[in-house]
Amino acid sequence: MLRRVAIIGAGMTKFMRRAKETPKELTFLATRMALDQAGIEISDIEAVTLGTAPDSFDGVHMNGEYLIDGAGGTNKPYIRVFVGGGTGVFSVIHGWKLVSSGAFDSVLVVCEEKMSSCYPHPQAAFYTIFDNILERPLGPNLVWIFALEMHRYMKKHGIKKEQIALVSVKNKRNALDHPAAGWGAKITVEDVLNSEVLAWPVQLLDISPPSDGAVALVLASEEMAKRLTDDPVWIDGIGYCLDTAYWTNRDLYYPKYVEYAARMAYRMAGIRNPPKEIDVAEPYDPFDYKELHHMEGLLLCKKGEAPKLVEEGVTERDGDLPVTPSGGLLGVGNPIAAAGLMKVAEIFFQLRGEAGKRQVKNDPVTGVAQAWGDLMQIGTVVVLRR
Amino acid sequence: MRAAVIGMGESRSSPVIPDMSYKELMFEAAEKAYSEAGISPREVDGFICSSEDFLEGTSIFDEYVPDQLGAVLKPVYTISADGLYGVIMACLQVKTGADLVVVEAHSKFSEIVYPEEVLKLALDPHYIRPLGGNPHYIASLEATRFMFEFGVLEEDLAEVVSKNKRNALKNPRASFGANVSPEEILEREYFIEPLRKDDISEPVDVAYVAVIASERKVRELGVEDPVWIKGFGYFSETPNLDSRDWGYSLYCRKCAEMAFKMSKMGIDEIDFMEICDRYSYKELQHLLEIGITMDEIRDGVTHPWGDLPVNVSGGLLGFGDPIEASGIHSLAEAYRQIKGKSGKYQLEGVENALVQNWRGIPTGSGSLLILGR
Repeated sequence: MLRRVAIIGAGMTKFMRRAKETPKELTFLATRMALDQAGIEISDIEAVTLGTAPDSFDGVHMNGEYLIDGAGGTNKPYIRVFVGGGTGVFSVIHGWKLVSSGAFDSVLVVCEEKMSSCYPHPQAAFYTIFDNILERPLGPNLVWIFALEMHRYMKKHGIKKEQIALVSVKNKRNALDHPAAGWGAKITVEDVLNSEVLAWPVQLLDISPPSDGAVALVLASEEMAKRLTDDPVWIDGIGYCLDTAYWTNRDLYYPKYVEYAARMAYRMAGIRNPPKEIDVAEPYDPFDYKELHHMEGLLLCKKGEAPKLVEEGVTERDGDLPVTPSGGLLGVGNPIAAAGLMKVAEIFFQLRGEAGKRQVKNDPVTGVAQAWGDLMQIGTVVVLRR
Repeated sequence: MRAAVIGMGESRSSPVIPDMSYKELMFEAAEKAYSEAGISPREVDGFICSSEDFLEGTSIFDEYVPDQLGAVLKPVYTISADGLYGVIMACLQVKTGADLVVVEAHSKFSEIVYPEEVLKLALDPHYIRPLGGNPHYIASLEATRFMFEFGVLEEDLAEVVSKNKRNALKNPRASFGANVSPEEILEREYFIEPLRKDDISEPVDVAYVAVIASERKVRELGVEDPVWIKGFGYFSETPNLDSRDWGYSLYCRKCAEMAFKMSKMGIDEIDFMEICDRYSYKELQHLLEIGITMDEIRDGVTHPWGDLPVNVSGGLLGFGDPIEASGIHSLAEAYRQIKGKSGKYQLEGVENALVQNWRGIPTGSGSLLILGR
């Protein structure tokens, strides 16, 4: 018998480049805020799940162990989980397992990433994610492989760069209303198209920046949640799926693994018609084309139709299907694991009506958050309801 | 919903396996586990892998696990912890409705050129790392404090080493078996006082895959002798070396409390144990936390002929230390004993076992499992 699991508190630090706080301090700040919102103390928490990936940013081996005290895990059952970029949303899935299984009644989910200590640039650490025999000799770079994916996606559906740039414009504008955002800006499609080319078709403003930050959520069992809050947000669906490591052997135009993860989560949440039943979505947007890619993977529209929805304004905050009202990774920032958890936190704020100026207009009941990672390989999805 | 281990696969183990990659080791272990359990990986509801990036030399290592496990396009995730934590997480997944969960952990430690340099990176970058030195010094300080608190002598440590290395001689998979007496060990010189080289386990390469099944699935598959997981615990102390009580291992005590409470069993119902002996003093420290006294240990209860044999397989001192797979290695040994398939070191009439693991220096984290028929 599955126990229902609720989110009862969320906290996050400001996402920024080169935070002065240490990784432990970042996790502490986020954790403290989440506990405060839930109205409980760390002694009320029974177990802690941490997400951070990879270790090479912080330069600390067994980084999960190092972060224990900042994340409030001292003298508690504590574990670190990771699935690359998908970690943020996955850590909520893992927290759900801990509570739903009956093992614990209250679990703290914390995600942290401090990319700026990787000198001179975190991109150097990403070199070490590639296969040490087949790929590393080529000197690959993350931007290159995503350029391949973006190109394939554009070619398959005949999508123009102008259409994709609209996502960057929307998300950076949305982020202007987010108090923790580091990259909110008023830009135009021309700005994106005129920005520096990194690896065609990827340009500077198509990409989310490396950032530092931490996010924390408090998860509670039904009984505990109802005691502590009048408006808990329920985790009604979880899904995750990992595809082959041999990304070169896949057709990159469509993220099948995201679809599988989404189907798993929708089945659990009893959602049959995602575009109709989902009121607000936070798909992972480390690159502007990824938001579109993931809207299709999440079955929010047909393959190749996501750019049209953006053009028609459907995905704006006052549209029928608001997408990334937070500002996303492009606007708020992209401290890998923390960015994924920020997406879940945003759905939590939206469903509780606590998003302030970012609040979407359609009085949302059901929301979906999704993250993606590894070598264009994993999809992690949670469905939340109030 | 109860969970049971229904298949356990193990690759070959050796201090160096130059002719196989980690992927091949994982494949070998997975194939054996699936065939013992009589399942196909396509039926599996979830996979849990265990790894630390710096030990693999690859960042975001979870990328490279699905293919050799048959886990492509399946729910797969990675934990930065020992494989025994993975088994615990698999039990939780069973409780949330999964029928089959596969847990994998491996060591390819021989490929690390400067292991102590990697270990140093686990130390606090501001306060501890600048002190330099071989990181084993942390264990020596801890051992000294522990021996002071409990009146443990170097003779007791040597006895543990001698027992485990002699036990390992009967285990065909063990790499460091030796017929060595405590007296001979005490004559050897210190590595870092009070520890000698013999007191520190040596790493080995190996991979393990365990298949965990729900009660429903056990019945459906008609498994005759599943090994049930009756209780578990995992716990972390502060990561700050200065804030820990060095004579004790609180993590072990808390894990044992959690597991005994869950299993509704007492220590007297346990027939044998596989205890983490990454350093010789750790076996004693862990046993004391679980509730065995130094007097009982000196009387020989932990020997294979004693009332509560500990590490009859040779432990990590005798088998070798598969790092993040050390807990799941101990589980594999306990699983074999309960099934009566341990050959020359088979104990008679064993039903319940306790398996315990510690994540190694500089951590205060560990996990524990109680399993049985």
